[in-house]
Amino acid sequence: MLKNRSLIDPSDFSRQEFCEIFDLAHQIIANPEKYRKSCEGKILATLFYEPSTRTRFSFEAAMLRLGGKVVGFSEPSSSSAAKGESIADTVRTVECYADIVVMRHPKEGAPRVASRYVSIPLINAGDGGHQHPTQTLTDILTIQRLKGSVENKTYGFCGDLKFGRTVHSLIKFLSNHEGVKFYLISPEELRIPDYIREEIIIKNNIPFEEVEKMEPYMGELDFLYMTRVQRERFFNEEDYVRLKDRFILDAAKMKFASPSTYILHPLPRVNEISIEVDNDPRAQYFNQAKNGMFVRMALILKLLGIY
Amino acid sequence: MLEITSIEKGIVIDHIQAGTGIQLFNYLQLDKAEYTVALIINADSCKQGKKDIIKINNVIDIDYNFLGLLDPNITVNIIKDGKISEKVNLTVPQTITNIIKCKNPRCITSTENYFDQVFHLVDAEKRSYRCEYCDDIVIPHLH
Repeated sequence: MLKNRSLIDPSDFSRQEFCEIFDLAHQIIANPEKYRKSCEGKILATLFYEPSTRTRFSFEAAMLRLGGKVVGFSEPSSSSAAKGESIADTVRTVECYADIVVMRHPKEGAPRVASRYVSIPLINAGDGGHQHPTQTLTDILTIQRLKGSVENKTYGFCGDLKFGRTVHSLIKFLSNHEGVKFYLISPEELRIPDYIREEIIIKNNIPFEEVEKMEPYMGELDFLYMTRVQRERFFNEEDYVRLKDRFILDAAKMKFASPSTYILHPLPRVNEISIEVDNDPRAQYFNQAKNGMFVRMALILKLLGIY
Repeated sequence: MLEITSIEKGIVIDHIQAGTGIQLFNYLQLDKAEYTVALIINADSCKQGKKDIIKINNVIDIDYNFLGLLDPNITVNIIKDGKISEKVNLTVPQTITNIIKCKNPRCITSTENYFDQVFHLVDAEKRSYRCEYCDDIVIPHLH
Protein backbone atom coordinates (compact mmCIF):
# COMPACT_ATOMS: atom_id res chain seq x y z
CA MET A 1 0.00 0.00 0.00
CA LEU A 2 1.69 3.19 -1.16
CA LYS A 3 -1.00 5.62 0.04
CA ASN A 4 0.46 8.34 2.26
CA ARG A 5 4.02 6.99 2.05
CA SER A 6 7.08 9.12 1.31
CA LEU A 7 9.78 8.34 -1.26
CA ILE A 8 13.15 9.53 0.03
CA ASP A 9 15.44 6.68 -1.04
CA PRO A 10 14.97 3.74 -3.46
CA SER A 11 15.05 1.35 -0.50
CA ASP A 12 11.84 2.88 0.90
CA PHE A 13 9.65 0.81 -1.46
CA SER A 14 9.62 -2.92 -2.20
CA ARG A 15 10.10 -4.37 -5.68
CA GLN A 16 6.38 -5.09 -5.80
CA GLU A 17 5.55 -1.50 -4.90
CA PHE A 18 7.83 -0.17 -7.63
CA CYS A 19 6.18 -2.58 -10.08
CA GLU A 20 2.78 -1.04 -9.23
CA ILE A 21 4.14 2.42 -10.07
CA PHE A 22 5.68 1.30 -13.38
CA ASP A 23 2.55 -0.63 -14.38
CA LEU A 24 0.47 2.48 -13.79
CA ALA A 25 2.99 4.63 -15.72
CA HIS A 26 2.71 2.31 -18.75
CA GLN A 27 -1.10 2.57 -18.54
CA ILE A 28 -0.91 6.38 -18.38
CA ILE A 29 1.32 6.46 -21.47
CA ALA A 30 -1.18 4.25 -23.30
CA ASN A 31 -4.21 6.33 -22.31
CA PRO A 32 -3.35 9.70 -20.71
CA GLU A 33 -6.88 11.05 -21.26
CA LYS A 34 -8.26 8.63 -18.67
CA TYR A 35 -6.29 10.32 -15.87
CA ARG A 36 -6.75 14.01 -16.68
CA LYS A 37 -9.15 14.69 -13.82
CA SER A 38 -7.77 12.19 -11.31
CA CYS A 39 -6.24 14.83 -9.03
CA GLU A 40 -8.96 17.49 -9.22
CA GLY A 41 -9.04 19.40 -5.93
CA LYS A 42 -5.53 18.23 -4.93
CA ILE A 43 -2.50 20.50 -4.47
CA LEU A 44 1.16 19.61 -4.99
CA ALA A 45 3.75 21.80 -3.20
CA THR A 46 7.16 22.05 -4.85
CA LEU A 47 9.93 23.19 -2.48
CA PHE A 48 13.06 23.64 -4.58
CA TYR A 49 15.99 24.94 -2.53
CA GLU A 50 18.25 24.23 -5.52
CA PRO A 51 17.78 25.00 -9.24
CA SER A 52 15.97 22.50 -11.43
CA THR A 53 14.41 22.42 -14.87
CA ARG A 54 13.35 18.89 -15.71
CA THR A 55 12.48 17.59 -12.28
CA ARG A 56 10.41 20.62 -11.22
CA PHE A 57 8.73 21.05 -14.60
CA SER A 58 7.96 17.36 -14.88
CA PHE A 59 6.42 17.25 -11.40
CA GLU A 60 4.39 20.38 -12.12
CA ALA A 61 3.34 19.14 -15.56
CA ALA A 62 2.48 15.76 -14.05
CA MET A 63 0.17 17.32 -11.45
CA LEU A 64 -1.42 19.68 -13.99
CA ARG A 65 -2.04 16.80 -16.42
CA LEU A 66 -3.79 14.95 -13.59
CA GLY A 67 -6.10 17.91 -13.04
CA GLY A 68 -4.46 19.07 -9.82
CA LYS A 69 -2.86 22.39 -8.90
CA VAL A 70 0.68 23.38 -7.92
CA VAL A 71 2.12 25.85 -5.39
CA GLY A 72 5.73 26.34 -4.35
CA PHE A 73 9.04 28.10 -4.82
CA SER A 74 11.91 27.45 -7.19
CA GLU A 75 14.69 29.08 -5.19
CA PRO A 76 15.16 29.49 -1.43
CA SER A 77 15.58 33.27 -1.66
CA SER A 78 11.86 33.52 -2.38
CA SER A 79 10.88 31.49 0.70
CA SER A 80 11.20 31.73 4.49
CA ALA A 81 14.42 29.73 4.22
CA ALA A 82 16.04 33.10 3.43
CA LYS A 83 14.93 34.24 6.90
CA GLY A 84 16.56 31.21 8.49
CA GLU A 85 13.49 29.01 8.92
CA SER A 86 14.26 25.33 9.51
CA ILE A 87 13.08 22.78 6.96
CA ALA A 88 10.97 21.15 9.69
CA ASP A 89 9.01 24.39 10.23
CA THR A 90 8.71 25.02 6.50
CA VAL A 91 7.21 21.61 5.71
CA ARG A 92 4.88 21.72 8.74
CA THR A 93 3.54 24.98 7.36
CA VAL A 94 3.28 23.71 3.80
CA GLU A 95 1.37 20.67 5.05
CA CYS A 96 -1.44 23.04 6.07
CA TYR A 97 -1.98 24.00 2.41
CA ALA A 98 -0.98 21.02 0.25
CA ASP A 99 -1.77 17.31 -0.15
CA ILE A 100 1.69 16.18 -1.26
CA VAL A 101 5.16 17.75 -1.15
CA VAL A 102 8.16 17.52 -3.48
CA MET A 103 11.47 18.74 -2.06
CA ARG A 104 14.89 19.35 -3.60
CA HIS A 105 17.61 20.48 -1.21
CA PRO A 106 21.39 20.94 -1.47
CA LYS A 107 21.96 19.28 1.91
CA GLU A 108 22.11 15.49 1.96
CA GLY A 109 19.39 13.95 4.12
CA ALA A 110 17.21 17.09 4.22
CA PRO A 111 14.15 15.34 2.71
CA ARG A 112 14.54 12.48 5.22
CA VAL A 113 14.44 14.98 8.08
CA ALA A 114 11.51 16.87 6.51
CA SER A 115 9.47 13.69 6.01
CA ARG A 116 9.52 13.07 9.76
CA TYR A 117 7.68 16.32 10.46
CA VAL A 118 4.69 15.82 8.14
CA SER A 119 1.90 13.30 7.77
CA ILE A 120 1.37 13.87 4.03
CA PRO A 121 3.58 12.16 1.39
CA LEU A 122 6.94 13.81 0.74
CA ILE A 123 9.04 13.05 -2.33
CA ASN A 124 12.79 13.55 -2.52
CA ALA A 125 13.54 15.37 -5.78
CA GLY A 126 17.30 15.30 -5.16
CA ASP A 127 19.33 15.96 -2.01
CA GLY A 128 22.87 17.23 -2.66
CA GLY A 129 25.09 14.51 -4.09
CA HIS A 130 23.15 11.81 -2.26
CA GLN A 131 19.97 10.39 -3.84
CA HIS A 132 17.44 11.21 -6.56
CA PRO A 133 14.86 8.40 -6.50
CA THR A 134 12.39 9.86 -8.98
CA GLN A 135 15.13 10.13 -11.60
CA THR A 136 15.57 6.40 -11.00
CA LEU A 137 11.86 5.89 -11.72
CA THR A 138 12.44 7.79 -14.97
CA ASP A 139 15.51 5.72 -15.83
CA ILE A 140 13.84 2.39 -15.06
CA LEU A 141 10.72 3.21 -17.05
CA THR A 142 12.99 4.09 -20.00
CA ILE A 143 15.00 0.87 -19.61
CA GLN A 144 11.79 -1.17 -19.47
CA ARG A 145 10.41 0.48 -22.59
CA LEU A 146 13.66 -0.09 -24.49
CA LYS A 147 14.61 -3.60 -23.36
CA GLY A 148 11.63 -5.01 -21.50
CA SER A 149 13.20 -5.51 -18.10
CA VAL A 150 16.16 -4.39 -15.99
CA GLU A 151 17.40 -7.92 -15.16
CA ASN A 152 20.34 -9.66 -16.83
CA LYS A 153 21.84 -6.50 -18.26
CA THR A 154 25.25 -4.85 -18.18
CA TYR A 155 25.26 -1.20 -17.18
CA GLY A 156 28.08 1.31 -17.59
CA PHE A 157 28.07 4.41 -15.40
CA CYS A 158 30.40 7.14 -16.56
CA GLY A 159 31.55 10.52 -15.23
CA ASP A 160 31.01 11.87 -11.74
CA LEU A 161 30.06 8.80 -9.75
CA LYS A 162 30.99 10.39 -6.43
CA PHE A 163 28.50 13.25 -6.38
CA GLY A 164 26.14 11.89 -9.05
CA ARG A 165 23.00 11.31 -6.99
CA THR A 166 21.14 9.81 -9.94
CA VAL A 167 23.85 7.16 -10.22
CA HIS A 168 23.61 6.34 -6.50
CA SER A 169 19.85 5.87 -6.64
CA LEU A 170 19.92 3.85 -9.85
CA ILE A 171 22.66 1.52 -8.57
CA LYS A 172 20.70 1.07 -5.34
CA PHE A 173 17.60 0.10 -7.31
CA LEU A 174 19.38 -2.18 -9.81
CA SER A 175 21.37 -3.99 -7.12
CA ASN A 176 18.12 -5.54 -5.97
CA HIS A 177 17.70 -7.32 -9.33
CA GLU A 178 19.14 -10.51 -10.78
CA GLY A 179 21.86 -10.76 -13.38
CA VAL A 180 23.02 -7.15 -13.41
CA LYS A 181 26.67 -6.20 -13.90
CA PHE A 182 28.27 -2.77 -13.54
CA TYR A 183 31.21 -0.99 -15.15
CA LEU A 184 31.95 2.12 -13.09
CA ILE A 185 33.90 4.46 -15.35
CA SER A 186 35.36 7.54 -13.65
CA PRO A 187 38.55 9.28 -12.62
CA GLU A 188 39.84 7.97 -9.29
CA GLU A 189 38.73 11.15 -7.49
CA LEU A 190 35.12 10.73 -8.63
CA ARG A 191 34.58 7.07 -7.82
CA ILE A 192 31.37 5.93 -6.13
CA PRO A 193 31.09 6.61 -2.37
CA ASP A 194 32.14 3.83 0.02
CA TYR A 195 28.59 3.21 1.20
CA ILE A 196 27.43 2.44 -2.36
CA ARG A 197 30.37 0.10 -3.02
CA GLU A 198 30.36 -1.70 0.33
CA GLU A 199 26.78 -1.52 1.53
CA ILE A 200 25.00 -1.92 -1.80
CA ILE A 201 27.12 -3.48 -4.56
CA ILE A 202 29.34 -5.85 -2.58
CA LYS A 203 26.62 -6.86 -0.10
CA ASN A 204 24.36 -7.84 -3.01
CA ASN A 205 27.17 -9.78 -4.75
CA ILE A 206 26.90 -7.69 -7.91
CA PRO A 207 29.82 -8.18 -10.31
CA PHE A 208 31.48 -4.80 -10.94
CA GLU A 209 34.66 -3.18 -12.15
CA GLU A 210 35.94 0.32 -11.44
CA VAL A 211 37.79 1.51 -14.54
CA GLU A 212 39.14 4.75 -16.01
CA LYS A 213 38.44 4.24 -19.74
CA MET A 214 35.13 3.70 -21.48
CA GLU A 215 36.15 2.39 -24.92
CA PRO A 216 37.25 -1.17 -23.94
CA TYR A 217 33.92 -1.89 -22.22
CA MET A 218 31.36 -0.16 -24.45
CA GLY A 219 30.76 -3.22 -26.63
CA GLU A 220 29.55 -5.19 -23.60
CA LEU A 221 27.04 -2.64 -22.37
CA ASP A 222 23.26 -2.72 -22.66
CA PHE A 223 23.13 0.82 -21.28
CA LEU A 224 25.74 3.54 -20.89
CA TYR A 225 24.62 6.05 -18.27
CA MET A 226 26.53 9.28 -18.78
CA THR A 227 26.69 11.97 -16.08
CA ARG A 228 27.83 15.56 -15.85
CA VAL A 229 30.74 16.59 -13.63
CA GLN A 230 28.82 19.00 -11.41
CA ARG A 231 30.53 22.31 -10.74
CA GLU A 232 28.17 23.01 -7.80
CA ARG A 233 29.40 19.96 -5.85
CA PHE A 234 33.04 21.04 -5.76
CA PHE A 235 34.45 23.20 -2.99
CA ASN A 236 37.52 23.80 -5.16
CA GLU A 237 37.17 25.22 -8.71
CA GLU A 238 40.58 23.86 -9.73
CA ASP A 239 39.46 20.28 -9.10
CA TYR A 240 36.35 20.87 -11.21
CA VAL A 241 38.34 22.29 -14.13
CA ARG A 242 40.84 19.43 -13.97
CA LEU A 243 38.14 16.72 -14.04
CA LYS A 244 35.29 18.11 -16.13
CA ASP A 245 36.52 17.02 -19.58
CA ARG A 246 37.80 13.54 -18.72
CA PHE A 247 34.94 11.67 -20.41
CA ILE A 248 33.32 13.02 -23.54
CA LEU A 249 31.13 10.71 -25.58
CA ASP A 250 31.31 11.59 -29.28
CA ALA A 251 30.54 9.88 -32.58
CA ALA A 252 34.01 8.32 -32.71
CA LYS A 253 33.57 6.67 -29.30
CA MET A 254 30.06 5.51 -30.23
CA LYS A 255 31.71 3.20 -32.77
CA PHE A 256 32.96 1.11 -29.83
CA ALA A 257 29.38 0.56 -28.63
CA SER A 258 27.22 -2.29 -29.89
CA PRO A 259 24.14 -1.56 -32.04
CA SER A 260 21.98 -2.29 -28.99
CA THR A 261 23.84 -0.14 -26.46
CA TYR A 262 21.53 2.67 -25.42
CA ILE A 263 22.86 5.97 -24.09
CA LEU A 264 21.10 7.48 -21.07
CA HIS A 265 21.76 10.75 -19.26
CA PRO A 266 19.73 12.38 -16.47
CA LEU A 267 20.36 15.82 -18.04
CA PRO A 268 21.32 18.62 -18.01
CA ARG A 269 24.47 17.89 -19.99
CA VAL A 270 27.29 20.31 -20.51
CA ASN A 271 29.77 18.77 -22.93
CA GLU A 272 30.04 15.15 -21.81
CA ILE A 273 27.89 14.02 -24.75
CA SER A 274 28.66 15.73 -28.05
CA ILE A 275 25.65 17.14 -29.88
CA GLU A 276 26.52 14.91 -32.86
CA VAL A 277 25.45 11.89 -30.78
CA ASP A 278 21.90 13.25 -30.38
CA ASN A 279 20.78 11.97 -33.78
CA ASP A 280 22.06 8.44 -33.12
CA PRO A 281 18.99 6.23 -32.47
CA ARG A 282 20.79 4.79 -29.46
CA ALA A 283 20.74 8.21 -27.74
CA GLN A 284 17.68 8.06 -25.47
CA TYR A 285 18.16 10.92 -23.01
CA PHE A 286 15.37 13.12 -24.31
CA ASN A 287 12.95 10.18 -24.20
CA GLN A 288 14.04 9.71 -20.59
CA ALA A 289 12.95 13.27 -19.82
CA LYS A 290 9.53 12.60 -21.36
CA ASN A 291 9.11 9.34 -19.43
CA GLY A 292 9.89 11.29 -16.26
CA MET A 293 6.60 13.11 -16.41
CA PHE A 294 4.55 9.94 -16.88
CA VAL A 295 6.21 8.05 -14.06
CA ARG A 296 5.82 11.05 -11.73
CA MET A 297 2.11 11.10 -12.62
CA ALA A 298 1.95 7.46 -11.54
CA LEU A 299 3.88 8.19 -8.33
CA ILE A 300 1.58 11.07 -7.37
CA LEU A 301 -1.53 8.93 -7.98
CA LYS A 302 -0.14 6.08 -5.89
CA LEU A 303 1.02 8.22 -2.95
CA LEU A 304 -2.32 10.05 -2.85
CA GLY A 305 -4.08 6.69 -2.90
CA ILE A 306 -6.12 7.57 -5.99
CA TYR A 307 -5.03 4.46 -7.96
CA MET B 1 51.09 -4.88 43.51
CA LEU B 2 48.99 -1.90 44.55
CA GLU B 3 45.82 -3.01 46.38
CA ILE B 4 42.49 -1.26 46.12
CA THR B 5 39.88 -2.27 48.69
CA SER B 6 37.00 -4.27 47.24
CA ILE B 7 33.59 -2.64 47.15
CA GLU B 8 30.31 -3.75 48.73
CA LYS B 9 27.88 -2.23 46.28
CA GLY B 10 28.82 -0.63 42.99
CA ILE B 11 30.30 -1.19 39.55
CA VAL B 12 33.65 -2.42 38.34
CA ILE B 13 34.53 -1.58 34.74
CA ASP B 14 37.29 -4.01 33.83
CA HIS B 15 39.51 -4.84 30.86
CA ILE B 16 39.67 -1.25 29.65
CA GLN B 17 42.40 -0.87 27.07
CA ALA B 18 45.45 0.50 28.91
CA GLY B 19 45.70 4.26 28.54
CA THR B 20 42.01 4.86 27.75
CA GLY B 21 40.60 4.60 31.28
CA ILE B 22 40.95 8.34 31.78
CA GLN B 23 38.68 9.10 28.77
CA LEU B 24 36.01 6.81 30.15
CA PHE B 25 36.48 8.32 33.62
CA ASN B 26 35.93 11.78 32.13
CA TYR B 27 32.96 10.69 29.98
CA LEU B 28 31.22 9.25 33.04
CA GLN B 29 32.01 12.53 34.86
CA LEU B 30 33.46 10.61 37.75
CA ASP B 31 35.56 13.61 38.75
CA LYS B 32 32.29 15.05 40.10
CA ALA B 33 31.38 11.90 42.06
CA GLU B 34 30.47 12.25 45.73
CA TYR B 35 31.22 8.57 46.35
CA THR B 36 34.48 6.65 46.23
CA VAL B 37 35.90 6.01 42.77
CA ALA B 38 39.20 4.38 41.83
CA LEU B 39 40.86 4.69 38.45
CA ILE B 40 43.57 2.09 38.14
CA ILE B 41 45.87 2.39 35.17
CA ASN B 42 48.35 -0.13 33.82
CA ALA B 43 47.14 -3.01 35.98
CA ASP B 44 48.60 -6.41 35.07
CA SER B 45 46.33 -8.47 32.83
CA CYS B 46 46.74 -12.06 31.66
CA LYS B 47 44.80 -11.36 28.44
CA GLN B 48 45.91 -7.83 27.62
CA GLY B 49 49.31 -7.48 29.31
CA LYS B 50 48.21 -4.14 30.78
CA LYS B 51 44.73 -2.79 31.35
CA ASP B 52 42.86 0.00 33.10
CA ILE B 53 40.10 -0.56 35.66
CA ILE B 54 37.50 1.75 37.17
CA LYS B 55 35.86 0.86 40.50
CA ILE B 56 32.81 2.87 41.47
CA ASN B 57 31.43 2.58 44.98
CA ASN B 58 27.87 3.28 43.82
CA VAL B 59 25.40 1.95 41.23
CA ILE B 60 25.08 4.53 38.48
CA ASP B 61 23.42 4.57 35.05
CA ILE B 62 25.92 3.70 32.33
CA ASP B 63 25.40 4.01 28.59
CA TYR B 64 26.45 0.52 27.49
CA ASN B 65 26.23 1.63 23.83
CA PHE B 66 28.96 4.17 24.45
CA LEU B 67 31.09 1.61 26.27
CA GLY B 68 30.57 -0.94 23.48
CA LEU B 69 31.56 1.68 20.94
CA LEU B 70 34.64 2.62 22.94
CA ASP B 71 35.75 -0.97 23.30
CA PRO B 72 33.52 -4.08 23.16
CA ASN B 73 36.15 -6.02 25.16
CA ILE B 74 35.38 -3.99 28.29
CA THR B 75 33.48 -5.95 30.95
CA VAL B 76 31.14 -4.39 33.47
CA ASN B 77 30.57 -6.14 36.80
CA ILE B 78 27.69 -5.07 39.03
CA ILE B 79 28.61 -5.68 42.67
CA LYS B 80 26.12 -6.38 45.45
CA ASP B 81 27.03 -7.48 48.97
CA GLY B 82 30.67 -7.58 47.94
CA LYS B 83 30.03 -10.11 45.15
CA ILE B 84 29.48 -9.93 41.41
CA SER B 85 25.70 -10.05 40.93
CA GLU B 86 25.70 -9.35 37.19
CA LYS B 87 28.30 -9.44 34.44
CA VAL B 88 27.51 -7.30 31.42
CA ASN B 89 29.19 -8.37 28.18
CA LEU B 90 29.36 -5.48 25.78
CA THR B 91 28.84 -5.65 22.04
CA VAL B 92 29.43 -3.12 19.29
CA PRO B 93 26.06 -1.29 19.18
CA GLN B 94 23.86 -1.59 16.08
CA THR B 95 22.75 2.02 16.39
CA ILE B 96 24.33 4.96 18.16
CA THR B 97 22.45 8.14 18.93
CA ASN B 98 23.93 11.53 19.81
CA ILE B 99 27.39 10.14 20.58
CA ILE B 100 29.24 11.25 17.44
CA LYS B 101 28.53 13.90 14.79
CA CYS B 102 28.58 13.50 11.01
CA LYS B 103 31.66 15.09 9.47
CA ASN B 104 30.26 15.34 5.92
CA PRO B 105 29.94 19.10 5.25
CA ARG B 106 27.12 18.35 2.80
CA CYS B 107 25.02 16.54 5.43
CA ILE B 108 21.87 18.26 6.70
CA THR B 109 23.21 17.77 10.24
CA SER B 110 25.90 20.35 9.46
CA THR B 111 23.30 23.13 9.31
CA GLU B 112 20.25 21.91 11.26
CA ASN B 113 20.51 20.20 14.63
CA TYR B 114 17.11 19.90 16.33
CA PHE B 115 16.91 16.14 15.72
CA ASP B 116 18.95 13.14 16.88
CA GLN B 117 22.29 12.35 15.23
CA VAL B 118 21.84 8.68 14.41
CA PHE B 119 24.38 6.23 12.96
CA HIS B 120 23.92 2.57 11.98
CA LEU B 121 26.58 -0.13 12.21
CA VAL B 122 28.12 -1.13 8.87
CA ASP B 123 31.01 -3.38 9.91
CA ALA B 124 31.45 -4.57 13.51
CA GLU B 125 35.09 -5.53 12.98
CA LYS B 126 36.09 -2.14 11.61
CA ARG B 127 33.53 -0.46 13.90
CA SER B 128 32.34 1.65 10.98
CA TYR B 129 29.01 3.45 11.00
CA ARG B 130 26.71 5.03 8.40
CA CYS B 131 25.02 8.38 8.97
CA GLU B 132 21.24 7.93 8.88
CA TYR B 133 20.78 11.09 6.82
CA CYS B 134 23.62 11.28 4.26
CA ASP B 135 24.91 7.64 4.40
CA ASP B 136 28.50 8.84 4.88
CA ILE B 137 30.58 6.10 6.51
CA VAL B 138 32.66 7.01 9.56
CA ILE B 139 34.85 5.19 12.06
CA PRO B 140 34.24 6.88 15.41
CA HIS B 141 37.43 7.90 17.22
CA LEU B 142 36.54 8.26 20.86
CA HIS B 143 39.98 7.80 22.36
